[in-house]
Amino acid sequence: MKNNNLKAWLYLLPAFVFIGAFLVYPLIDVLIYSFEEGYNFASQTYFGTGGYNYSYVLHDPYFLKALKNTLILVGVTVPLSTIFSLAISVALSSIEKLRNLFQTVYFLPYVTNTLAVGLVFMILFNQTPYTPGLVNTVLGVFGVEPVDFIAGPYWAKMTVLCIYTIWVVMPFKVLILTSALASVNETYYNAARIDGTPKWRVFRKITLPMISPTLFYLVITGFIGAFKAYSDAVALFGVDLNAAEMNTIVGYVYDMLYGNSGGYPSYASAAAIILFAIVLTITCINLLVSKKHVHYN
Amino acid sequence: MKVTLKSLTKKFPSRNKKGDEVIAVNNVTLDIEDGMLIGLLGPSGCGKSTVLNLLSGLLKATDGQIFFGDDDVTGLPPENRGVGLVFQNYALYPHLTVRQNITFPLENRRGKDKLTRAEMNEMALETAKLVQIDTLMDRKPSELSGGQQQRVAIARALVKKPKILLLDEPLSNLDARLRLQTREEIRRIQRSTGITTVFVTHDQEEAMSISDLIVVMREGVVQQVGKPQEVYDSPANLFVAKFLGTPPINVFNGEVRDGKLYIGDEAILDTSLDNCEVDVAIRPEGFELSDNGVLTCELSRVEVMGRDVSIVATHSSAHTPTLRAIIDSDNVISTDRVRFDIKPSKLFVFDKSGNKLTL
Amino acid sequence: MDYEKIEKNALVKKRIQKTFVYILLAVWAVAVLFPFYWMVITSLKEYGAYNSEWTPLLYVLSPTLENYKTAFTAVPLADYFVNTIIFTLGTTAIMLVVTVLAAFAFSRLEFKGKNLVFTLFLSLMMIPSELVVITNYVTVTSLDMRNSFMGLILPSVASVFYIYLLKENFSQIPDELYYAAKVDGTSDLRYLVKVMVPICKPTVVTVTVLKVIECWNSYVWPRLVTDEQAYFLVSNGIQEIRENGFGRDNIPAMMAAVVAISVPLIILFLCFRRKIMEGVSRGGTKG
Repeated sequence: MKNNNLKAWLYLLPAFVFIGAFLVYPLIDVLIYSFEEGYNFASQTYFGTGGYNYSYVLHDPYFLKALKNTLILVGVTVPLSTIFSLAISVALSSIEKLRNLFQTVYFLPYVTNTLAVGLVFMILFNQTPYTPGLVNTVLGVFGVEPVDFIAGPYWAKMTVLCIYTIWVVMPFKVLILTSALASVNETYYNAARIDGTPKWRVFRKITLPMISPTLFYLVITGFIGAFKAYSDAVALFGVDLNAAEMNTIVGYVYDMLYGNSGGYPSYASAAAIILFAIVLTITCINLLVSKKHVHYN
Repeated sequence: MKVTLKSLTKKFPSRNKKGDEVIAVNNVTLDIEDGMLIGLLGPSGCGKSTVLNLLSGLLKATDGQIFFGDDDVTGLPPENRGVGLVFQNYALYPHLTVRQNITFPLENRRGKDKLTRAEMNEMALETAKLVQIDTLMDRKPSELSGGQQQRVAIARALVKKPKILLLDEPLSNLDARLRLQTREEIRRIQRSTGITTVFVTHDQEEAMSISDLIVVMREGVVQQVGKPQEVYDSPANLFVAKFLGTPPINVFNGEVRDGKLYIGDEAILDTSLDNCEVDVAIRPEGFELSDNGVLTCELSRVEVMGRDVSIVATHSSAHTPTLRAIIDSDNVISTDRVRFDIKPSKLFVFDKSGNKLTL
Repeated sequence: MDYEKIEKNALVKKRIQKTFVYILLAVWAVAVLFPFYWMVITSLKEYGAYNSEWTPLLYVLSPTLENYKTAFTAVPLADYFVNTIIFTLGTTAIMLVVTVLAAFAFSRLEFKGKNLVFTLFLSLMMIPSELVVITNYVTVTSLDMRNSFMGLILPSVASVFYIYLLKENFSQIPDELYYAAKVDGTSDLRYLVKVMVPICKPTVVTVTVLKVIECWNSYVWPRLVTDEQAYFLVSNGIQEIRENGFGRDNIPAMMAAVVAISVPLIILFLCFRRKIMEGVSRGGTKG
């Protein structure tokens, strides 16, 4: 038995080394950083412990801007992408012909480089002195004045960011929802058909409750994912997100750590922990709300 | 409601690319009188469930017609047919209570048929009382036993006062004791509502015990239609003879020679048939022990089952390794070799392709 | 009741619904595919032709591969590829070894405190990477591993989720197989390599492919720890091109670079389509 114990730990050792060094230790460390006031990376000194870092971050206009951007992004993309993906999945589940093809196509964005495809979106929306860009051209057909989506007004930039974010998160949601829909036993639908249940009622009274755990899982992961948005914004607006007014909380963390304004891991830590606290709170609220509405078998 | 099937045929496209299409139901014609309880009986894959689904409208017929009364409903979608269907796994909505499950079909009504909540609850309770689940109305299906779920499913099918009630393997998910009880229950409910009912089963005992009429099917073709006892006493072919009855019928290779029916070298009885090879089928209860009986078998063992005794024996002409005879328990067997007399009414003769021959 | 009318209405209604469904699906398919189409079509346009288009054209009149040449010569795009391949292969290989060993210990071996350790382990899945990146950055910097493959790879190896996924699969292998192997005198390691891994090959492949995708697309960590071009991965490379390179004016060349870095993963996806989608639907999340 003793021998066995040793052997088991030996097998686990590599995993423990990696996870300990790069996951557990940093977790503890980041907490410590966040309370070491004004830790300076170059000199490895700090001038006290306390909540100053948090108060600094919470009063930093850049952080507040990033917080606002993130909240808008979350508030717009999570509901929209969930509703869209539900519509697409329901449609996808109702057909047989071409279903595999559609499924494959819909999944493509998942395997593509967020940075790279983001550049394509940037080009599509970009307005330059030489061309209004494709989107503006199309909008022009409907009589809309050209808008500079990439370097123009705030709402325009936010719109592009939301559109791209939705485009990026849809594949995962569609995939998960389609397999959830497929797992609903068909006899329920047959039973409902025999009883002459209208389609909309079948959807509301049978489909939705049956897939509610999955839907709820998607909402939670959607919230978490949207709160951590960063690379999509970089792809569209470049590395200097503060200048573009499009920074996100995660972007703020990285900026504090590195880059032009970098070198302040304690501020970065405080911001990261604030982010974590927000996500945790929202997840808990979600869980409480779901108790009422989600049906678990 | 009288139900008529006319040359009903259902073909499914082949699973693999080059194979032929599968004919699940082949040219079925059937008249079902109003208020009858019909058992569709056959081994799995015989097309009985397909017939049920054609009746419900969940499947579309390839050919032929279905009439409810005088109305041709062949192309009608299920929601307009007014049938109640009880699924094999009951298909109760797990997130709804018993009451909500039962009122579900009623809530679908629109326009002038629309019911008030009070009316719906009234109807649900009435139906629940009929199937004796009125005390369970606020439970979820997962809190019910299999038999109770079955009743809820029947109540949900009945509450909308269907023209016909369809039951798909209604007893297959229940344990043996519940099965006996539930089949009586189905009979009772059907009697008290008077709804034309069709149920599907692979269990011949189940079908025989409660049906007014049984329809035996095989590979999509109706083999025989009749009252249970008639079909048992006068099977139309070897398949039906073998499919009905437990223990199963004993089949021997036989021969007609010069006006006598032989099994092996023993002449069993006289016949007017011409000389030919035949299959002879004898029900287990068709044997009588007799010292100068016409059929001699080697005794394997005797199984005492209380009221009856089951004699397991072998015969070189039998299709199966052992054959089984059931006799009264007051008979005493002491020899290795047993001789039987055969009751003529329990013996059937079929030609080698399985068709019935009249002696 | 007019049955014929009902039948007809039902048929018409069904057809309208079907049409509507296909239109919806087709619209979304176009929305998904269009950016891909646009990057390809733009990458084939001549520099001059592209810049003279006031209204962007949906087609290309005289396709050219010139942009691809530019993309690979104006910046060391090929080097970025090599870096990404080294990073991806290195990370995935180490991850596989670590994951398989740990999953084996959790599923097959008995040791004190196994349940407790495993529970603690699972709870780590909830930790967002953004939290730990800060310390990792500091750690790597103080170990002087910035701008090195070690610094890139080591912190990217740990994946609690994949260990969990593989452990679940390993646990489904019947105990009898293990006992039979033990009776035959097979060592644990040999049993793991010769029996368990082959049996669970689908999951191993899924985990591998998912990790490859993750590595190929990773941007944040490489950006933090590399500032020398010699260690850029494709994501950082493309960002660099856009910020400081030819991306500012030569859009077709930038699109050529985008196509070049997107193609390998799309090919990988088309090859392992079913496995990837299955793996992701079993609980993967983006990133």
